[in-house]
Amino acid sequence: MLELRSITAGYTRNAPVVRDVSLTVAPGESVGLLGPSGCGKSTLARVAALLHRPDSGTLLLDGEPVRHWRHRAPRDRRTAFGVVFQQARLSADPRLPLTDLIAEPLRATGRGREVPDRIAQLAPVVGLTPDLLTRRPHEVSDGQLQRACLARALVLRPRLLVCDEMTAMLDASTAAALVAAVEDYRAATGAALLAVGHDRTLLERWCDRTVHWESLS
Amino acid sequence: MTCDAPAPAAAPETTQWRSYGPKRRSTRALRVRTSAALVAATVLAVLLVPPLVQLDQQAVDLAAKLRPPSFQHPFGTDDVGRDLLLRCVYGLRVSLLVGVAAALTATVVGTAVGAAAGALGGWADRALMRVVDTFSSVPHLLLGIFIVAMFRPGVWPVVISVALTHWLSTARIVRAEVLSLRSRPYIDAAVSGGASRWRVAVRHLLPAVLPQAALAAVLMVPHAMWHESALSFLGLGLPTHTASLGTLIQTARGSLLAGQWWPTLFPGLFLIVPTLAIAGLAGAWRERIHPRHRSELML
Repeated sequence: MLELRSITAGYTRNAPVVRDVSLTVAPGESVGLLGPSGCGKSTLARVAALLHRPDSGTLLLDGEPVRHWRHRAPRDRRTAFGVVFQQARLSADPRLPLTDLIAEPLRATGRGREVPDRIAQLAPVVGLTPDLLTRRPHEVSDGQLQRACLARALVLRPRLLVCDEMTAMLDASTAAALVAAVEDYRAATGAALLAVGHDRTLLERWCDRTVHWESLS
Repeated sequence: MTCDAPAPAAAPETTQWRSYGPKRRSTRALRVRTSAALVAATVLAVLLVPPLVQLDQQAVDLAAKLRPPSFQHPFGTDDVGRDLLLRCVYGLRVSLLVGVAAALTATVVGTAVGAAAGALGGWADRALMRVVDTFSSVPHLLLGIFIVAMFRPGVWPVVISVALTHWLSTARIVRAEVLSLRSRPYIDAAVSGGASRWRVAVRHLLPAVLPQAALAAVLMVPHAMWHESALSFLGLGLPTHTASLGTLIQTARGSLLAGQWWPTLFPGLFLIVPTLAIAGLAGAWRERIHPRHRSELML
């Protein structure tokens, strides 16, 4: 259960991008957040994923208020979220081969021993072949890289997925494959989803409930 | 009836590709090769000559003092008859050691401070950068002299003095680079994946700034060699009996006024040529990393 109450957030003082926004994602629910470009949906998604401290407002995770963001947030809270960003190119460390990219959260949380098993499980789920796994980000396409980023978001088995315009840069078939992978994961684990985007058709077909940005504040 | 002559066919428009052209490319290749050859010769000379040539650089021969260059002494002799070629090689050895050691120390300190400031942000960043500003506000040479004056003359005080006055630019470069990297989504992804601050710094930030830091280190070697020479020339660096390029030039000043040019010219050349060669190589490297920046020699 994720509850955002009267969140105001931004990057410079006195100029908030998000003003007084409230949103609730129930356990197992998938919520689509629709809005025009530049309205602040990504900022709200970052606040929800504990990556950006809001200027004011309350964030409740399973009924408990969140007081710390980014590194200050306890590790198990941070890793409760799986985040997929819009631009795969920028959200992948250019030096790491895709295997290491996907395994990074496991290694960072001291579970390096699970790496071979989890990679073997996840690669077919997101549609990555073994030869792709050895390549570095500049050697694969945006779609293939986004598949690896989705695998990285799923590797720690998060309770809540935040997909920030996950399919915006991709062709229709890759977008469909990634949405299917997310839905399979949710069906298996009961994870909740906050999908941010501007494609009304996609979000309405994908999510249980679609909310428009203007209706939030 | 007049008939207009048909207009001459327009010359087909060809695309002019902007390129540096073969002439400039070959000049650049020549510069890089010459620099590489000179750096290699310098390194080989300082590494091989002292162990292989069993000659005493301190051997005094008062009967042969201030001899001009000859077959026996290609660079001539100094005011107590010591062979200048041998003294220059030994001097270059000390100067290069000081240059490399100071540049490495300065880069390690600068990278650590810059990375800490950039990665931690907030009050730690502000405090560290004010320290950098404070150090920068004092002239390098003045601060260097102050540090050297606290120790007995020797190689390591000079290394410390040059290193402690030259980590500032590296710290600024590394901090700026880390700040720009820190806001990338892949750092957000690492934070969300449970990475600690230390892991983000070591796994994602430092490897990305390492090429910049290494380049800054190489560009700093010639600069550090000049500082060592300046300190020794002022009589504050190495003790006079230790051959370094600065002490050689300093002791030879008097004979220059008497018309003996060789005791100052050759140590001067030994200082200028390797520094230009190292700077030439580092410049080529820098142009490769940042093709839009022209390299400049920092002395």
